[in-house]
Amino acid sequence: MEKITKMIVINSSKLLPSDVAMKLYETKDDIMVKETCFGIMVSGERAILDPLLVNIRKLDPYGIFIKERGFAPGEPFRCRATRRGGARPGFHNLETEDKILPHIAAALKALDRGEVPGPKKKTKKLDIDKLKAIIKETEVSK
Amino acid sequence: MKVFIYPTNSLILYDLVERFGHEPLAIMQEIGKKVRTQGLDSPPMNITPEDPKFGLKYAAVEVPAGVRGRMSLLDPLLTKAEAAIIVNDPVISFGCMGCARTNELINFLLRGKKIPMLKLDYPNTEEDAKLFVYKISEFLKSLKPAEEKK
Repeated sequence: MEKITKMIVINSSKLLPSDVAMKLYETKDDIMVKETCFGIMVSGERAILDPLLVNIRKLDPYGIFIKERGFAPGEPFRCRATRRGGARPGFHNLETEDKILPHIAAALKALDRGEVPGPKKKTKKLDIDKLKAIIKETEVSK
Repeated sequence: MKVFIYPTNSLILYDLVERFGHEPLAIMQEIGKKVRTQGLDSPPMNITPEDPKFGLKYAAVEVPAGVRGRMSLLDPLLTKAEAAIIVNDPVISFGCMGCARTNELINFLLRGKKIPMLKLDYPNTEEDAKLFVYKISEFLKSLKPAEEKK
């Protein structure tokens, strides 16, 4: 059986990582759970984890985001405790995407409501004549 | 259907593909296979001197070993890919994933595969995000689920 690790990133106003951890412990499945600053890491057999995480996602479908992780929790080559601190590789991507997660959550809600977004508004570049006029206006007379 | 995602470690793309009922192909799966094998010869990623040799399938021997090593990791994903979602110029391609030549090669190979492909930009506002998610959902709906394909 293939043993995998999944990251549960929580971006929710009504759910804490500890709540998800408790739900995971309640299942009594053979899994390893680790709370982190961004959410939870779960390690276990793929056959156990995949259906389990489908149920965990239902706790807050718009606030829970899940992806797989190559390394197991606490892996000495990745864990910052054994690498003298600093962000672990991969954290920067997570941090960048974490900033967009509220927008994605809102978009998922809109999708479920059946909203069809309009085409993307293109921002026009500043017209050269307008720029010249602005320069002229701000010029200090000698 | 197996959907290749780029950036290959993206949380948002992995989650959306899985959410809409397809199988995401991400680099974490391949790294996981490498680091879970018994006896770690070359930590942390366990990329051994053998790996750049596998990369020769895609790049010539004069090409830096970094490109070939990365390609050996990405080869199983590219081979399995039946569709692809690509984010144009992601910020992260400037960091650890920032081998520009590998990234260009991946995009080139995907275009050559003639598989259904969706190209997008990362959203910065809520309106952009709505369009981003809508486009991905419509694209994934248009693909046949894995069971139906069989």
